[in-house]
Amino acid sequence: MEFLSSHLLTLILFFPVLSAVIVFCLPKESLKAIRWTAFSASLVPFILTIILWLQFKSGQPGFQFENQYTWYAALHSTYHVGVDGLSLTMVLLTTLLTPLALLASFNIADRAKAYFMLFLFLETGMLGVFMSLDLLLFFVFWEIGLVPMYFLINQWGSEKGERTIWKGIKVQSRNYASLKFIIYTMAGSLGLLLAIQLLGVLFNTYDLQSLYANWKALEPSSGLLHFFGRVLTVSTVKTIAFWAFVISFAIKVPIWPFHTWLPDAHTEAPTAGSMILAGVLLKLGAYGFLRLVLPLYPMESAKFAGWLAFLAVMAIVFGAFAAFGQKDFKRLVAYSSVNHMGFVVLGIAAAAKAAGTLNATISLNGAVLQMFNHGLSAAGMFFLVGVLYERTHTRNLDDFGGLFPLVPIYGGILIFTSMASLGLPGLNGFVSEFLIVRGSWPVLTVSTALAMLGLLFTGAYILKGIKSVLHGPMNEHWSKGVHKLTEINLREIIVMAPLMILILVIGIFPAWMLDVINKAMMMIYK
Amino acid sequence: MQFPFLSVIVFIPMVSALVLLLFKPEQKKAIRITALTAALLALALSIWVYFAYDKAAAGYQFIEKYTWMPLMGISLHFGVDGLSVPLVLLTGIVMVTGVMISWGIEDRPREFFAFLFLLASGVFGVFVSLDLFMLFFFYEIAVFPMFLLIVIWGWIKTREYAAMKLTLYLFIGSVISLIGALVMFWTSGAHTFDMLILETVKFSPVFQKIWFLPVFLGFAILGGIFPFHNWSPDGHVAAPTAVSMFHAGVLMKLGAFAALRVGIMLLPEGAKFWSPLIMGLALVNIVYGAFIASVQTDFKYVIGFSSVSHMGLVMMGFATLKPEGLIGAGVQMFSHGVMTALFFAAVGMVYDRAHTRDIPKLGGMIKPLPMVAIGVIIGSLVSMGMPGFSGFVAEFPIFMGIWKTQWMVAVLAAISIVVTASYVLLVVRRVFFGKMPAEFEGHISPINVLDKISLILLMGLMVGIGVFPALMVPWVQSGVQHVLTLLGGV
Repeated sequence: MEFLSSHLLTLILFFPVLSAVIVFCLPKESLKAIRWTAFSASLVPFILTIILWLQFKSGQPGFQFENQYTWYAALHSTYHVGVDGLSLTMVLLTTLLTPLALLASFNIADRAKAYFMLFLFLETGMLGVFMSLDLLLFFVFWEIGLVPMYFLINQWGSEKGERTIWKGIKVQSRNYASLKFIIYTMAGSLGLLLAIQLLGVLFNTYDLQSLYANWKALEPSSGLLHFFGRVLTVSTVKTIAFWAFVISFAIKVPIWPFHTWLPDAHTEAPTAGSMILAGVLLKLGAYGFLRLVLPLYPMESAKFAGWLAFLAVMAIVFGAFAAFGQKDFKRLVAYSSVNHMGFVVLGIAAAAKAAGTLNATISLNGAVLQMFNHGLSAAGMFFLVGVLYERTHTRNLDDFGGLFPLVPIYGGILIFTSMASLGLPGLNGFVSEFLIVRGSWPVLTVSTALAMLGLLFTGAYILKGIKSVLHGPMNEHWSKGVHKLTEINLREIIVMAPLMILILVIGIFPAWMLDVINKAMMMIYK
Repeated sequence: MQFPFLSVIVFIPMVSALVLLLFKPEQKKAIRITALTAALLALALSIWVYFAYDKAAAGYQFIEKYTWMPLMGISLHFGVDGLSVPLVLLTGIVMVTGVMISWGIEDRPREFFAFLFLLASGVFGVFVSLDLFMLFFFYEIAVFPMFLLIVIWGWIKTREYAAMKLTLYLFIGSVISLIGALVMFWTSGAHTFDMLILETVKFSPVFQKIWFLPVFLGFAILGGIFPFHNWSPDGHVAAPTAVSMFHAGVLMKLGAFAALRVGIMLLPEGAKFWSPLIMGLALVNIVYGAFIASVQTDFKYVIGFSSVSHMGLVMMGFATLKPEGLIGAGVQMFSHGVMTALFFAAVGMVYDRAHTRDIPKLGGMIKPLPMVAIGVIIGSLVSMGMPGFSGFVAEFPIFMGIWKTQWMVAVLAAISIVVTASYVLLVVRRVFFGKMPAEFEGHISPINVLDKISLILLMGLMVGIGVFPALMVPWVQSGVQHVLTLLGGV
């Protein structure tokens, strides 16, 4: 017991791998056993995370529940994990969404064993990013999570659809989307990889806390690298490294104009894959900003905050317009992620510019809460799109219409979740978006004002989505015969229930979560 | 006196090659079982040597020395250090898996295994030799059977051309290196071929600068260094499966290893002088190799050119002359050996069943050959340097070494990571996923138990080292320490 409580994080991190091994040993034919084993095993990290949350001392600075072991001694990299209020929130989001995504995947019959195993590996990859306190370890988990996602999209993605690439060559959409996803992200990570190597070479350690201190201690005007006879100063190198980090994380978030992989990947991914992709994977990018970019590059972040805010506003406005223009329901929701994650980045940019002030703390609180909230509502929205798609085999908004009388419960849930996404007061999205706007208004007034225009269009596209699906003249095709639309079933309601409860609870009483986040923000970015 | 592990390891394959020839050609089963037993014995001994090697003490261990030709100062002098002991293990592994995968060879298995084992003896010999003359002796022993193996059992379309090309390239290379070695022998004045003594001789800087390049490049040809690499993809493709495994898995390391042992360790000043050039060539290897691999349509050529790209990383690691770079190169030799052995084994398994290696004609192979598909997927992840697999453990320190010497090279070399990722993923998808062409339906038989054991062994090594670098890095690190001392404690 002593061992368990002192290794709680390690246990949460590797339990999914262990469960994947158990799933591997099950016979291929017994679908039921595979599903239930994977699902119940994924509940264990969730329960452990709740224990973690309860034992976590939010007022205590620094990292808690740390574990450290030798890993790659020759490079001075260690297996070092720990959480603070920021990572704890993200760990909770991950361990909460994974069981729900697995429950949402109970209809997968094709190679179910491999599917569930990949999902469990994915969970470990994501958790590892949030827990790592060693930069090399961070990178390991950052990259390794791409592999399961690639195969999930590539193998279990939607079977229909072709993309024409150049010279009229046609490829299956899911192949196109999955390759674009992994190559885009890997190419984006190259700069990160090189910058990490530079840090390792300079300081002979990958430990985050020593890197923060060492990197800051470098004299800005002293020479660091040679470039064709010229000497690059520390500040130049830092600026380049800053952009290397930013681009790699910006692709993951994604920020305009690096977002184009996202609509493709989301649209082609299986339902549960989209849930995790939108719910957790996008947060990895934002987490990278908060954990690495701001503490490592405070000067550069402040200097370039205006640019970052500009890109964030672009993401908000264009994301909203693009979502409004979609005919495909899933693509609409995908672009809404670009729109919502834009707010997270806006908050981060404001915090970078006004570091240390009250406004910065407020917008950081908003950004972190928005990450959590978007995780809930985006996962919910993708799941609801999946529910509809499974019954109708179409995602085209023109094919629906007036479905509310046929599926009243589904309709209610869809409206509820959409409203959370829209930012209706009383639901969670409002709290976090308000905090971001409140924090960034005095710092980046113009950008925030433009972002408000984007918010207007957020309302427009969400209402458009609801209208085309639920309201208007009923499409008779779905009302009778073999195509008769069936109501959302119990399993699907169980997937949605925790999400809806949290959406409501955080909307009405955000303090329990904001308390943890706020204390963490005050301590990390003081 | 201690049990002579190293000479037993070196001579087991040679002796069993002779034993194999005593069988009648019809006794195929007995021949195969004998071959497997001998290979397992060699593997068991190399595992023992690997784990018995004292990393803390470092230096050369398991030393054996027998006078051979005192007049010329030649002796049979064996010993392993931290850099060679993983390669001995690698040779043992490739030997066992090579035999298991060639179980089904029906055409003169007796001669096939005999030649393969002669080759293995040569490879073991190079890795453990501490005598320059013996190193050459075993080096030639390793190269020659390759010619016969390719010409007799190779791919009918290109085998004569490829075998000729390969052998001529390698002989020219080794002759150049041999001249260098003889010059060292005369100049040193120590009147010995013993490398431990030659290491301590301080050759004049001018001498080192003149002779480093021929010696290093002569061996590096076998390591596939640009622009002398183009024997290697042809050779890989023409060779039968087990030979390709040996060839890419072990033989290319022979070149790299000898280039390090003789070139860098005996002529350190020359190495420092020429390292920018070697780095430049290796950079071409890495990036150009990856691009060429990405446009191949023959499955085996893809792997062949990817080997060129990956061996470039080994040369790059050497050329940095930095601890990280050398450690990375040492691990990369092992990691690439295992990975490429697995790739060639998998290609062979697919080819034996589909009778084509043309990627556009293949598809859906994961259904009948799931284990092969998983093996190739893991190999691909290693190949693209995915963290958590052995490729990352090797490549990351190499890049750190480059940062310490010339950081712009690191930026350029990093391009290859993305190129590699895109082509390996495409190949995996085209060969193993998608719809299987109708002509293969029902014709693809599952792989046998021996194939499965080989694949699992190779996969396990790649994942094991990737997750626990401590399984291999400390060994290499102890060997690198000695190289650095010779380089003047850089």
